[in-house]
Amino acid sequence: MANEILEEHINKDYEWGFTTDIAADEAPKGLNEDIIRFISAKKNEPEWMLEFRLKAFRNWQNMVEPEWAHVSYTKPDFQDIIYYSAPKPKKELASLDEVDPELLKTFAKLGISIDEQKRLSGVQSNIAVDVVFDSVSVKTTFKETLAEKGIIFCSFSEAVQDHPELVKKYMGMAVPPTDNFYAALNSAVFTDGSFCYIPKGVRSPMELSTYFRINASGTGQFERTLIIADEDAFVSYLEGCTAPQRDENQLHAAVVEIITHKNAEVKYSTVQNWYPGDKEGKGGIFNFVTKRGICLEDNSKISWTQVETGSAVTWKYPSVILKGNNSVGEFYSVAVTNNYQQADTGTKMIHIGKNTRSTIISKGISAGFSNNSYRGLVQIKKGASNARNFSQCDSLLMGDKCGAHTFPYIEIKDRSAVVEHEATTSKIGEDQLFYCKQRGIDNEKAIGLIVNGYCKEVLNKLPMEFAVEAQKLLAISLEGSVG
Amino acid sequence: MISIKNLHASIGDKEILRGINLEVKAGEVHAIMGPNGSGKSTLSSVLAGREDYDVTEGEVTFNGKDLLELSAEDRAREGLFLAFQYPVEIPGVSNINFLRTALNEIRAYHGQEEMPAKDFLALVKDKSKLVELDSKLASRSVNEGFSGGEKKRNEIFQMAMLQPKLAILDETDSGLDIDALRIVATGVNKLKSKENATIVITHYQRLLDYIVPDFVHILYKGRIVKSGGKELALELEAKGYDEIKKEFEIAD
Ligand SMILES: Nc1ncnc2c1ncn2[C@@H]1O[C@H](COP(=O)(O)OP(=O)(O)OP(=O)(O)O)[C@@H](O)[C@H]1O
Ligand SMILES: [Mg+2]
Repeated sequence: MANEILEEHINKDYEWGFTTDIAADEAPKGLNEDIIRFISAKKNEPEWMLEFRLKAFRNWQNMVEPEWAHVSYTKPDFQDIIYYSAPKPKKELASLDEVDPELLKTFAKLGISIDEQKRLSGVQSNIAVDVVFDSVSVKTTFKETLAEKGIIFCSFSEAVQDHPELVKKYMGMAVPPTDNFYAALNSAVFTDGSFCYIPKGVRSPMELSTYFRINASGTGQFERTLIIADEDAFVSYLEGCTAPQRDENQLHAAVVEIITHKNAEVKYSTVQNWYPGDKEGKGGIFNFVTKRGICLEDNSKISWTQVETGSAVTWKYPSVILKGNNSVGEFYSVAVTNNYQQADTGTKMIHIGKNTRSTIISKGISAGFSNNSYRGLVQIKKGASNARNFSQCDSLLMGDKCGAHTFPYIEIKDRSAVVEHEATTSKIGEDQLFYCKQRGIDNEKAIGLIVNGYCKEVLNKLPMEFAVEAQKLLAISLEGSVG
Repeated sequence: MISIKNLHASIGDKEILRGINLEVKAGEVHAIMGPNGSGKSTLSSVLAGREDYDVTEGEVTFNGKDLLELSAEDRAREGLFLAFQYPVEIPGVSNINFLRTALNEIRAYHGQEEMPAKDFLALVKDKSKLVELDSKLASRSVNEGFSGGEKKRNEIFQMAMLQPKLAILDETDSGLDIDALRIVATGVNKLKSKENATIVITHYQRLLDYIVPDFVHILYKGRIVKSGGKELALELEAKGYDEIKKEFEIAD
């Protein structure tokens, strides 16, 4: 039945003069309703999904690109982007041998192994991985192991097909399609992503991980992640990403939504390493991402940990809406900018329920000619009695041509709230560097040591596998930035 | 060990070291004394390779190598250690991690493999006993929140760990209580050998009762104006710097 409707749509598309070969693996450049229909048809989507997209698109057309962030860049030409690009070979790969060796190399670098062989040969690799390659989910490992526990972990497209009731219920709950310019764009054109559902009372036996990669040139990546933790459920989720070096700016506009029910907890960790552009600021990813979680019910917890080292421009505010009483939101962030990178990142903690608590630890590091801003909102709504927030925003400057900025916004509508904010700005000390050198540690290693020490509170929150890689990444990102 | 000839160093257009000559041989202990601002710390910084200072004249040979040609880290790897007058705090970096990195960097420089974790920890235990360093301090961040005395003791602990050929102790005694002074001095003495040498910078004869110097030098306005045996320190303690100041004011 659904297929018939779809067929009809495809035919309709053709009527509209849509000349692209339906079998093509790439949509033509540009964005209009036809393209959206093309994507939806490509993905064999039900009508409600197409409707969701079209609605978002129509909204998006009336929206303007936000300009309040402390970044400046040439706005992308949204008609010059390819919105759908399936990797070749398309669809699910039968074995890992078929995956781009470059990709596997990056995996190894990230400390993630998708090699199920490892598990079979008795080497414990405790991460299940979903790979989103350009726009299409390549492989989800450990699906069976997870299924035994009732955990659903699959690509977003599969979820639309196999678990439409869950997708329908939760998609757009944390990030409505009209939320902001990029979220609306994503809602219209997203091509894949990850979906994760942890049923009642289940603690995920392993870390779940999605790995994103933009590969083809001229494409944008618009993935969507939806994570639902039902009552008493727990999951730790990792997200990694890379993109090859290209002279052009590529757009990445993702949406991540997390929903936690009663007593549930989701820990979401990201190591963002999109291509930042070259030393002169040429190329690099525009990373405009909307990440938000809702602690829907009492005693639930959402924790964001991010290590941001990549992208030419980052615009990202992983947030938590603390709706349930006693719910807890956390944001731990390290953002590094070097050369001509620009980052405007932070969080929003919206306290609605009683006794809700939030913690914000943000560590910005700026080097080169870069600009690094923390932007955070702590909002205590009326009736959110005894809400607590603690924010600490530290900036570390390397050299004197970079900038660090802090924009904390606090809105308190309940008198019982206690909100604390601390901020520091420091320079990486010549004294510290010399002290390290006097002990035989060279400049690069010394910077790595000092920076990792500075970020320790955040790095400590990352799962082991990620923490080690994140430390290395920090050092690499700052290579040659001092002395 | 080290041979310093006519060393001149300045910062901006201010000359601070104005022709230092000093010869230290293996197995020797030299004390450098001198009034505040005479250039003692500057001399140690210049020897350790701090880049803020311009060496305008002179030469320094360290175990046959041209010291001034080496980077600060290579000087350290060649066995030059400076116990800082003001040890630096490095938040978030544990003492242990810091020292392990340092030790392994030095080993790598000499073509040695990393020290196995087990051996390293044994070494930590051994050396922290030597300077009676609270084991909690070893796992805390480098000097962060340490008391003045704890910082100084930590410097000697690091020295014990890295086993340098030449150690320069810049006022390691200042800020130490009587007991700590004895402990630190005993530690330094235990580390003394025929193969290494120590330069002790101090204002007080008291330290030299514990670490007995072979030579005492008086630094004044960037020059070593007087050298002698350990009795010179006693003399200074009794008379102060007045005589020296009078004598060398003219030469300024
Ligand atoms: N970075 C610097 N910039 C400007 N002047 C400096 C700098 N470093 C040292 N000086 C000056 O050089 C002189 C020598 O300083 P130094 O610290 O070497 O003295 P010192 O003998 O170690 O004194 P103290 O006994 O007080 O430790 C002082 O006049 C000091 O102000
Ligand atoms: Mg001094």
